[in-house]
Amino acid sequence: MSYLDYVRQFKLPHYWCPGCGTGVVLQAVVRAFEALGWKQEDLAFITGIGCSGRMSTYVNANTMHTTHGRPLAFATGVKLARPEKHVVVVSGDGDALAIGGNHFIHAARRNIDIKLVIINNLVYGMTGGQVSPTTPQKFRTQTTPYGNIDPNFDVVKLAIAAGATFVGREAVTRPRNLEKLIEKSFQHKGFSVVEVISNCHINLGRKNKMKDQITMLRWISTKTIPKNLAEKKKPEELEGKILLGIFHEDKNRKEYTELYREIQERAGGNK
Amino acid sequence: MRKVMPGNENVARAAIAAGCRFFAGYPITPSSELAATMSALLPKAGGTFIQMEDEIASMAAVIGASIAGKKVMTATSGPGFSLKQEHIGLACMMEIPVVIVNVMRGGPSTGLPTHPSQGDVMQARWGTHGDHSIIALTPSLPNEIYTETIRAFNLAEQYRSPVILLLDEILAHTYEVVDVPESGGYETANRKLPPKGLDRLDFYTYNRNVGDPPILPNFFMGYNFHFESLTHDEMGFPTTDPKKVDLLVKLREAKIEKNKEKIWENDIRMVENADVVVFAYGSVARSGIQAVEKARKDGIKAGLFRPITLWPFPDKPLREAVGNKKVIVAEMNTGLIKREVERALRRDVGGIFKANGTPITPEEILGRIKEEK
Ligand SMILES: Cc1ncc(C[n+]2csc(CCOP(=O)(O)OP(=O)(O)O)c2C)c(N)n1
Ligand code: SF4
Ligand SMILES: [Mg+2]
Repeated sequence: MSYLDYVRQFKLPHYWCPGCGTGVVLQAVVRAFEALGWKQEDLAFITGIGCSGRMSTYVNANTMHTTHGRPLAFATGVKLARPEKHVVVVSGDGDALAIGGNHFIHAARRNIDIKLVIINNLVYGMTGGQVSPTTPQKFRTQTTPYGNIDPNFDVVKLAIAAGATFVGREAVTRPRNLEKLIEKSFQHKGFSVVEVISNCHINLGRKNKMKDQITMLRWISTKTIPKNLAEKKKPEELEGKILLGIFHEDKNRKEYTELYREIQERAGGNK
Repeated sequence: MRKVMPGNENVARAAIAAGCRFFAGYPITPSSELAATMSALLPKAGGTFIQMEDEIASMAAVIGASIAGKKVMTATSGPGFSLKQEHIGLACMMEIPVVIVNVMRGGPSTGLPTHPSQGDVMQARWGTHGDHSIIALTPSLPNEIYTETIRAFNLAEQYRSPVILLLDEILAHTYEVVDVPESGGYETANRKLPPKGLDRLDFYTYNRNVGDPPILPNFFMGYNFHFESLTHDEMGFPTTDPKKVDLLVKLREAKIEKNKEKIWENDIRMVENADVVVFAYGSVARSGIQAVEKARKDGIKAGLFRPITLWPFPDKPLREAVGNKKVIVAEMNTGLIKREVERALRRDVGGIFKANGTPITPEEILGRIKEEK
């Protein structure tokens, strides 16, 4: 199957602004499906609400566009009901980390086999550009007109601390690496998190002297650095940089639905 | 088989009998034992129990599992019922079969966790935002709690709707004898699924007339179907086209409104020749039954109207049964359903209303019957 078979082409053109990073993530996700040869009928693709959440319209599989912040909770029900199926969730930074922060840490804690991709565009894109838990400090947004004072979540550290067993970060400026990372995370058995640094030039860039996608993508390029390159740099050179790569991979921890199957056997229900 | 058990366990056992194979919940008094019983019974039946991080997540998980093909239930009380409302709306919008048990306790807020109430009857009807139809059941008697739980699943599956089963602290915690029917001694219904291999995507309107529930595929049937929380078109994709929105709104409403006669269940006793009729539901109706029987012994012509389906509200059966007779509404709130009774009968009625955590006794109702006659 070609990656285009995983796209509902009859729903195109898509909803996103020209140059939005969300489309790059869609491309990487469907290319990972193609590389793994997953059957559409075995694939559930679930999103929350936001520009990122609109992706479920375009993925040709069993899809669900849920509520703001809670796609992981729906996905948990789907996965527990049909543990043999692939369950993928795409969420935004507001979706996964603010309103959905609780669901995020608990899905990670359980290590349930759900593949999460967080499109971190550092802002609430859909609602017009309000501050999110990842908006850089000093940035102007619709609700931080004098500059943002809120400290940020480090998604990678948060995911690892909460118990995710595969954690990586990429940026839309490196689409090939992004595709490979997503593919790798999809092969992992357990709760996986891929954070993707993305651009919302419309509702974040324009408020912060980055008026188009090119300027904003350049900024993302200078802000980010692959982990292997960073290892050769001095700490002062890495000040304020966002590292990219795989940060955590634990293949030994048992996956949640497997543990539950053991419970069913212990209770005598799995004949 | 006869079994002594509290209402919470009664519901759990009936749910398993109805085919429930997935439960997600979050502990809260006075519903916790229901989840505990499910955690013991489900894995034995090859099903799945999970305690989620909160009620919002539990409601989401049961919707996910239902879309993946399971019969599902969640249970809660008070503040937890408030948290479930967002996703009850989603289940209305996506037309997903789910059973929600709400064991009513005193509110608002943390209120009276260990005391009974009927203060959530309006929240059961209107708790989620936006226009929607919903089904809510209010059983009163131990055998009925069992059979109405099974009916809740059947209605959810048949009408592809959330169905709310309302108990209260008294019904949930009182140990009573239940005649558990033999397996097969009751009917169970399953949602209609489209045949496999159909070449179409417009399932929201496929084979559907106004008044019919939809025939939607489950996940993993090979249809690549899209379930959408935004207003959607017949294919399930977001739309703001007023014509398409109108159609879906109408279809969702009509599937319940046009089938009210089939959904209504009422227990009407000695009303025909009565001078005064007690209107009561849930645990209060048990005091109502006793009061009416006692009144009859004392030579007073009293009757009882006991709705077992509270929503959709039984306005027509109530009007037909009661006519111009005097009515006493008894409920453990400040008179929430009284307003519905008045709307149905198009006149004012009196009643006994208590929202202080104590039950309404047969003596109180009897006293009121004597005043009214
Ligand atoms: C319960 C609830 N609160 C608020 C909203 C409004 N809302 C829609 S999208 C959104 C923020 C989206 O931000 P993010 O998750 O980062 O996604 P993005 O649009 O940036 O991809 C908000 C607050 C909502 N739909 N539901
Ligand atoms: S508002 Fe921002 S995130 Fe949303 S589509 Fe436009 S550029 Fe992308
Ligand atoms: Mg965002």
